[in-house]
Order: sequence, then structure tokens, then C-alpha cells
Amino acid sequence: MIHTENLFKSFDSNQVLKGITVEFQKGKTNLIIGRSGSGKTVLMKLLVGLLQPTAGKVWYDNTDFFSIGKRELRELRMKVGMLFQGSALFDSMSVEANVRFPLDMFTHMTAKEKLDRVNYCLDRVSLNGVNSKYPSETSGGMQKRVGIARAIVLEPEYLFCDEPNSGLDPKTAIVIDELIRSITLENNITTIINTHDMNSVMEIGENIVLLHQGAIAWNGSKSEVLTSDNEILQDFIFASPFLQRLRKAAIDSGHLE
Amino acid sequence: MLFTKFLYHFGRYVMLMRSAFSRPERFNMYYKETLRQMNDIGIGSLVIVGLIAIFIGAVTAVQFSFQLDGTLVPRYYIGYIIRDSTIIELAPTITCLVLAGKVGSNIAAEIGGMRQKEHIDAMEIMGVNTSAYLVMPKVIASLFVIPMLVAIAAFVSVVGGYLASVPTGLLSSSEYVLGVRSFFNDRNLTLMFVKAVVFAYLLTSVSAYQGYYVRGGSIELGRASTNAVVFSDILILLFDYLIAVVFT
Repeated sequence: MIHTENLFKSFDSNQVLKGITVEFQKGKTNLIIGRSGSGKTVLMKLLVGLLQPTAGKVWYDNTDFFSIGKRELRELRMKVGMLFQGSALFDSMSVEANVRFPLDMFTHMTAKEKLDRVNYCLDRVSLNGVNSKYPSETSGGMQKRVGIARAIVLEPEYLFCDEPNSGLDPKTAIVIDELIRSITLENNITTIINTHDMNSVMEIGENIVLLHQGAIAWNGSKSEVLTSDNEILQDFIFASPFLQRLRKAAIDSGHLE
Repeated sequence: MLFTKFLYHFGRYVMLMRSAFSRPERFNMYYKETLRQMNDIGIGSLVIVGLIAIFIGAVTAVQFSFQLDGTLVPRYYIGYIIRDSTIIELAPTITCLVLAGKVGSNIAAEIGGMRQKEHIDAMEIMGVNTSAYLVMPKVIASLFVIPMLVAIAAFVSVVGGYLASVPTGLLSSSEYVLGVRSFFNDRNLTLMFVKAVVFAYLLTSVSAYQGYYVRGGSIELGRASTNAVVFSDILILLFDYLIAVVFT
């Protein structure tokens, strides 16, 4: 579990996060949603330590992330996997080398053990036989899956996904969502996804945090999204007139209370 | 304002270097990366360094032959002048100025590109000390390889002088060889290698610094690459002067 305590972040005079206190639960897919500029990416960067908070704390279970020493931080980071929006695969390395990189850097495994682990992770994301391909030779969806394989290769306890569906067609996006959810359940890990993809919200949103102007506007699950009367949430989820009409029709027909 | 900016960058540079020279997570990975950099910097620069060195020797030979024409200075002095001017100044300085353009801009662009594509963030999150992994192998590789390139440049330059002066009849082969072998002072070689090591460190570390802290898009990346070359060149010339003062 990861939780934040009164988290503030400012850039000069611009206050981006205004006292975020939230809990991301273990074994669940936790979603951070919100409009562009609401502070999602900043919150994500604070959670993984790429930014320092102006005030407040981030707890990884019982560990205060920003007060531990370098060595402890390195050990904690080995328990963290992250899928980046642009996948962040190393262009000069093959798919296999990309996935193997954390193993090369942090483990004493033999070459055979590493290869087995890489193949297992690639198989887990349904990417067999692409070991020797380079990122530029693969599609966007494949790159995301390689990114996931690299993120899980060290068997992390915390998985972060920044906009996992951006740039993907709806079908591939669902595949990626399902993959993330099944990995979360299988390994009982804490997964935090930063997204504004409504399909993801409704498919895998077990714990949803809506950010609005740097503060939490709503927190709940996907089943509560449709019935909530939170205006900010409804404005965000049903942004298009088509969805608004659809929601109204559902309410009128008694499908939504 | 300018002084404050200088202090800011100098402080950040020192902190980057301190972090860069810390204990590697996995020695083997750093070793492999260092070898890769040695190949890129060394083998990759051999042709351009050789080409420039041969012309430096040739031009020096032609120029001094013209300058000494009609004077009482013996002709074989041309070989001696080419050798010493190359060893003391031209080989280390010109080679490193050229390498600042080739290797320095490449380092800044490579690290800066990794920063922009979130590769550095990805490594940080994995727990990799990115300043060490991305900077240290490059600096160590250049400290080994650039002095070798400078030594090759010095030798090729002397050969260039020979090719420009002997076949064209400016002086005879025996005169040139006599000049090259005259008044040799091994202290000059030490000076050449000291310069090469200092310049190598400057051009790689400054370029890495420029790339590591790049922000924004392609324009900023281009600017970082240009800054890497400009600041490396200025520092090379400044330290060239300081080393000359210290050694004389």
C-alpha cells in the first residue's frame, strides 16, 4: 500500500498540488484521473520520487519515502516498476536487452536464469519471439507491453503506469488494461495508473482518485462513478454531449438510480 | 547576475561529478559501457583526428619553410619545429578542440536525448545511479582513449610534415629526420599527455553536464549540444594557457 499525507507541490509561485492525502490499496488497480493540468503527472512523479514535495509525506507501507537513506532508497526502488507514457525503451537495445537491463544491473543471476526470466515476462505480456527486435521495429502496443515486461521483471511490489493507453487504439488499450489488472491480481501488488482514458476508468478502476485543480475532488470505485452526483466527476466523465445524452437516457429508463 | 549564474552551474556541475564518481551498482555493466565508449570515442574519431593531424603537419612544414627561407636558420630546424609545436601545442589542443565538436556534441545529444525520452527517469526509478552510469564510463573512456588519439595525432602530424616537405623538395629526407631527432626534451611529452588528460576530462564532463540537465524540446537539445562544444572549447583554451604557465 502507498499513501500520501498532506502532499503539497509548488513550482515557484504556482501551487500544483494542494494537500493531497490519499491511499492507494494493495492488490487493486488505483487510478488517478483528472483533466489536463490537474496535477496527475506531478502527483505520479512525486510518488515515484522524480520530484521532491514542497511539503507532506509519501509512505510505501511503513517507509517514509523522502526520509530514507540512499541505500534504503535504492533497495526500495528495486521494488518499484514503472511503465512510461512513451514506454521509455532504450532505442539502442533489443527488446530482450531492454527487459534484461534491470536483471543485469541488480541481480547476480546467471545468463540462463536471466534469459528464462526475460522470456517468462515477455510470454506474460504475449510477446513471444520478439527478443531480437529493436523498439523501432515494434508497434506502439508492443512497446507498451515490452515496457510492462521490463517493469515486472524484478517482481515489483509497486507498479506505476503513466498514461498506459495513450496513442493506442481502443482494442489494444483494453488488452493493456486487462494485462495490468491481471498482473496486479496475480502478484498482489499496489498498482497506480495515471490516465484520462474513460474505458480504463470503467474497466479497471477499483479505486479512483479524481484530481481537480491540484486537490482531490472525488474518490471512489468504478461502480460509484455512474451514480455519483459529484459535478466535477460528472463533468469529467461525461464530457461529450453524446455521453451526457446516454447518461440521461440511462437514468430516464431506470438503469441508473 | 552572470556571476550568480556561473556559481549555480559550477555548483551543479560539482554535484553531478561527485555523484558520477560513486560506487557502481554492478561493476560489469559499467565495464562494458566503458569499453563501448572507448570504441565510440577512440575508433570513431581515428579518421578525423588522423586527417586533421596530417594537414597540421603539412601546413606547419610549408609555412615554416617559407618563413625560414633566406635566413641563417638551418633547414633541418623545420623538422624540429614541426615535432615540438605538434607535441607541445597542436596535437593536444587542436585534437581536443576537434573532439569537443565531435565527441562532446555527441555526448550532450545522447544524454540529452535520453533525458527527453524519459530513459533517465526510467533508470532512476529502477534504482540506477544515472549520473554514474551515464557519465563515469564516458569520462573514464575518454581519459584513456583521448591521450592515445593525441599521441597518434602527434605522430601523424610529423609524418604529414615529412610528406609536405620532402617529396616537394623543400628539404631532404635526411634533413627532416635530423630535425625531428634534434633537441628532444621528454618533458614536452609529459606536457602533451597532461594536456590531453585535462582536456579529455573537460570536454567529456562539460558535455555530459550539458546533456544531463537539458530541459524542453529539440531546440533546447540543440542548444545544449552547441553549449557543450562552446564551453568545452573555451575551457580547453583556458586550461591550455594555465598548464603552459604552470609547466614553464
